[in-house]
Amino acid sequence: MTMVAAIIALAVGTFLIRLSGPLLRGRLTLSARTEAILKAGATVVLLALTVTSTLIVDGGFAGWALPAGVLVGGVLAWRRLPLAVVVVAAAATTALLRLAGIA
Amino acid sequence: MAFRIWETIGRDLLRDTAAYSVGIAVAGAAFAAIATAQGLPWWITWAMSLFVYAGTAQFAALGVAAAGGSGLAVVATGLILNLRHIPYGLAVGHLYWDRWWTRILGTQNLLDTTTAFALAEGDDQRRAKIAYWTTGTGNAVAWVVGNFAGMFIGGWIAEPERLGLDAALPAIILALVIPSLKDRRTLLAAATGAVIALAASPFLPPGMPVLLALVGLVFARPKRGREEAAT
Repeated sequence: MTMVAAIIALAVGTFLIRLSGPLLRGRLTLSARTEAILKAGATVVLLALTVTSTLIVDGGFAGWALPAGVLVGGVLAWRRLPLAVVVVAAAATTALLRLAGIA
Repeated sequence: MAFRIWETIGRDLLRDTAAYSVGIAVAGAAFAAIATAQGLPWWITWAMSLFVYAGTAQFAALGVAAAGGSGLAVVATGLILNLRHIPYGLAVGHLYWDRWWTRILGTQNLLDTTTAFALAEGDDQRRAKIAYWTTGTGNAVAWVVGNFAGMFIGGWIAEPERLGLDAALPAIILALVIPSLKDRRTLLAAATGAVIALAASPFLPPGMPVLLALVGLVFARPKRGREEAAT
């Protein structure tokens, strides 16, 4: 029962969090400059999310295989390869390194 | 009609959405497999996937519950992790703010990846809208299909790490933010933010470091003089 209540609270809370962005947006005067900063803000969070989730797993260093795979994906994306190639290369690099015994 | 929809979306975006959706389906299968293995009833697993609809928070909630955490701990962990959706909504919220139902669906579909896909379209608002809805639809379908499959395959899919699939989603997001990072001020802000988030990670609960990264935005401010000269 606690789990059900927890999930309802989590669902409602998450929806309200998602809702707050556009509602706050409506109260801002959006010059081109604010618009650029808001976009940069989301980019900053997304890169920080990528970097932290790649390097830290369960509170400790994630090991070399994961960051190596993501880095390979990043380089291929930089070279403008399609996303499918990026994904497969990243996953394959990580999987092969792990298979070779590199965590 | 159907043909015209494909035409509007475009081949590249469809291909990217397909590649991304495969990753999401596997993540969804892993979630359902772990939840089922933990003895969570099927309908609770489904309720989470449909109504919370945030992969990272769902996995974290399972982790907290498995570790014997209270209901309150589950909610707090999940909500803190989800706070990052506020800057996302600020950046792309206007893309779905049309009718009441697009607002509800768009809000529920506000994710790391839908935000990243929309931002990757740059200043083209029409393309950003198409990207947001196309990848959002792909995500929803893949998540549901993955969850359904995960309940039955169980076992082996619960360890997607073996296939290196934990590298797939970060690689996708990285690929999508790269175009924005070609702007030097954004790059400086994002790089500073990433360093701040990494340094703060040992001390803050998951979800907070990426918000602290926003401090990096001090570098994103366009130079005042030039901006005013332009307007």
